Amino acid sequence: MSTQYIPHTEDDIRQMLETVGLSSLEQLFESIPEAVRLKRPLDVPSPLAETALLREMKRLADTNATAESHVSFLGGGAYNHFIPSVVDHLISRSEFYTAYTPYQPEISQGTLQAIFEFQTMICQLTGMDVANASMYDGASACAEAVLMAVRATRRRRVLVSQALHPDYRETIRTYCRYLNVELVDVPFDATGGTSLEHLRPLLGKDVAAVIAGYPNFFGVIEDLAVLGEEAHAAGARLIAAIQEPLSLGLLKSPGELGADIVIGEGQSFGIPLSFGGPYLGFFACRQQDVRSMPGRLVGETVDLEGRRGYVLTLSTREQHIRREKATSNICSNQGLCALMATVYLALLGKSGVREVAVQNFSKARYAREKIAALPGVSLPFSGQVFNEFVVSVPGKAHSVLEKLEQQGILGGVALAPFYDGMTDRFLVCVTEQNTRDEIDAFVNALAGGL
Amino acid sequence: MESLGTNGLVLNEKLLFEHSDPGRKGYSLPPLDVEEAVLPEALMREEIAGLPELSEVDVVRHFTRLSTWNYGVDSGFYPLGSCTMKYNPKVNEVAARLPGFAAVHPHTPENLCQGALELMYHLQAALGEVSGFPAMSLQPSAGAQGEFTGMLVIRAYHDSLGAKRTKVLIPDTAHGTNPASAALCGYDVVPIPSGPDGVLTAEAVAQHMNEDVAALMVTNPNTLGLFESQIADICRVVHDKGGLVYCDGANLNALLGIARPGDMGIDVMHFNLHKTFATPHGGGGPGSGPVGVCEKLAPFLPGPVVKKEKGAYRLETPSGTIGRVKAFFGHFGVMVKAYAYIRTMGPEGLKRAAQMAVLNANYIRARLEGTYHLPYKGRSLHEVVFSDRDLGGDCHTLDLAKRLIDYGYHPPTIYFPLVVKGAIMIEPTETECVEVLDEFCEAMKAIAREAEDDPDRLHQAPTRTRVRRLDETAAARKPRLKWEG
Repeated sequence: MSTQYIPHTEDDIRQMLETVGLSSLEQLFESIPEAVRLKRPLDVPSPLAETALLREMKRLADTNATAESHVSFLGGGAYNHFIPSVVDHLISRSEFYTAYTPYQPEISQGTLQAIFEFQTMICQLTGMDVANASMYDGASACAEAVLMAVRATRRRRVLVSQALHPDYRETIRTYCRYLNVELVDVPFDATGGTSLEHLRPLLGKDVAAVIAGYPNFFGVIEDLAVLGEEAHAAGARLIAAIQEPLSLGLLKSPGELGADIVIGEGQSFGIPLSFGGPYLGFFACRQQDVRSMPGRLVGETVDLEGRRGYVLTLSTREQHIRREKATSNICSNQGLCALMATVYLALLGKSGVREVAVQNFSKARYAREKIAALPGVSLPFSGQVFNEFVVSVPGKAHSVLEKLEQQGILGGVALAPFYDGMTDRFLVCVTEQNTRDEIDAFVNALAGGL
Repeated sequence: MESLGTNGLVLNEKLLFEHSDPGRKGYSLPPLDVEEAVLPEALMREEIAGLPELSEVDVVRHFTRLSTWNYGVDSGFYPLGSCTMKYNPKVNEVAARLPGFAAVHPHTPENLCQGALELMYHLQAALGEVSGFPAMSLQPSAGAQGEFTGMLVIRAYHDSLGAKRTKVLIPDTAHGTNPASAALCGYDVVPIPSGPDGVLTAEAVAQHMNEDVAALMVTNPNTLGLFESQIADICRVVHDKGGLVYCDGANLNALLGIARPGDMGIDVMHFNLHKTFATPHGGGGPGSGPVGVCEKLAPFLPGPVVKKEKGAYRLETPSGTIGRVKAFFGHFGVMVKAYAYIRTMGPEGLKRAAQMAVLNANYIRARLEGTYHLPYKGRSLHEVVFSDRDLGGDCHTLDLAKRLIDYGYHPPTIYFPLVVKGAIMIEPTETECVEVLDEFCEAMKAIAREAEDDPDRLHQAPTRTRVRRLDETAAARKPRLKWEG
């Protein structure tokens, strides 16, 4: 029974068994004791041919609301951005996507050079000295940043802004669960940014790091420079978490503002929404911390004949060599997602990243002003935002979002599941994908639902 | 024999940054249709120094050229042991790109993403059936994160009983991620030697097993490609002292439809969807590392998991959850491909995959035993591990690997597992036909002859590649980790 993915004919099998010196396929599994064998067929659905498979997959896909079937103002850590056709075209080169980790550099130079370019562009965007080859996502990169700060400072207290993405905060808690790291929440203030008033008394000689979003979960642009000064005065690291990296096209780089570790989510750089993953964690830091970084690094070198080439390097930090003493247990990176981001950034380049950022910022400003003018609506936070902002509709957030849904509009992310006392609020995101007409229709529908 | 590897025209290509020409761009955006807003100057950056400026053609040529310097499963045989480099079906790529999957936002209300949740629900069930575990989390991003998740679940379980256990037993054949994951959960790692035949004995486990031990981490089949035949007794020994057994599911491909870890007494296992379920490795990721657990551990899984109630699918966070290990629900795009694979294969197809994977490994073993030293003689399952002991001419495993590249093959995994000196770990997978295996074995034999007759060919290899051996020492001594003009 040869199939499209399994080439063996009955003749092949007979001949191969003969070479092996066995008379049946069952004998191949003799080392598995009878008692632990499965004695019935697996209870999974019968096989589907390609046409039937695609029909079933389309059935499942067609029931989901998408940024194509609906007008979407959803953000909150995943963003609906324009992806040039070139991105998918290039990452579909199977020399890229059917390869694995570049363990053999002589036949992996494509992957290695692309990662080197990725590392470079992350440094350019964040203003940092070094970036790794990528991590699973923004949330896990954030947790790894906390662990690195703890290693580097030998301190065990970490101050976490409550305005940091809730999934990132939960992931940090999970990673630190059994590592004797004390996580202290720092409240936000009326600007929607981290409260300095609450931060200052918490800072002491036992603090390894302060973490804040830039922009944070409420879309607010934190005052990183001040957070950095406060953290550094106590000898702590400042970790900036970037959940919307296109903001870096417009905002001062975290490196320039004094961040010591910059991590983030790279999904905005050409990676499809895909219901939450796979995405792209990026991780950048100062030169001083390079040897305590987690994850893979690609470095430049030369071959026997002096030609430039790239290799995985500084791997004595990693689990396959250091085992339980490694800087992280991470083994893979997000290779193909990092490639998507590299292609995206190459296409947009210096002017494009700025232009997309300006469009996001301008459209969000336009929507925010129109929404703020509606009676019965308020904007609870006063801080400057990039492309998303919090809206408050007392007593009605749930019903307003439902009414919008009925008109084909995904109006925002309700904040009630993430914060106590935020039943009135939702988070609205506007990107370059939203036209002025869509925004106007959204504002009208919102007004009608109040 | 004519070598598969040959010379061809390979184009050089500079770094993106070296191509850059001010004023070029590779995208188009509709003009801004609202008034341009101005950010306060104090917040605004200067231009992003260094980002390249290229046309679309520049970018397409750049990455197309780079791709030709790579070797993938679609290029040829890729017997990278323990990584299960099977063929990645193309229809699965099409499925994952359907807009109804690729363009769904993770904050979409549950009533508007029922299809995505249904797919996850069915995948949870199918993985549970294949492995024998009643509860499943699809969240972990890759195998290593799955291990970490599984070990956190184990620790949370012991904590819930008020038990203070501090140690984790790990056999010397384990992947490096095992001890690293255990350490992240605050455990001390106790290595245990495998027996002289490469298999872990219940006796060795019993010697180390006591009330301080939280868990044993095993890989089954292990990294020597051998089934841990005492697994049921080993589980009993661990359970008798209140411990739990974790299984690294990296090698599950050998067991599909043949045996289920959950039936062996194992309590927790992670899957690698990118290995067993044919999703692409992507040049290093994304993987996907779901975790299956026995009933009593289900409350501790990361949330959310997908449940079905009154015909509707919904997300639910388990009551005693360890918390999430990443944002959102896991690598959904990878899940789509794995689910499509399972639906294509069906029950018989999955079993056939295991059978042919094991047949292929045994065929390579039979053809190469006698030429290469086989340190462990037990029945091989999905992979076979040789050593360089009998290689002549002062040639070592690395030289063999590099010479295989000249012959047109991706080398096997080398120098792992650590219990074999100069290990050559070959995993052919089921998607290779006998002719490919024959050609590969001929190349392996030819290289063994070259090592005797002309060892320099091995020491100099590879010679047909775009670059030759690279100076890794220099790279590490003075790291250049980005372009600096």
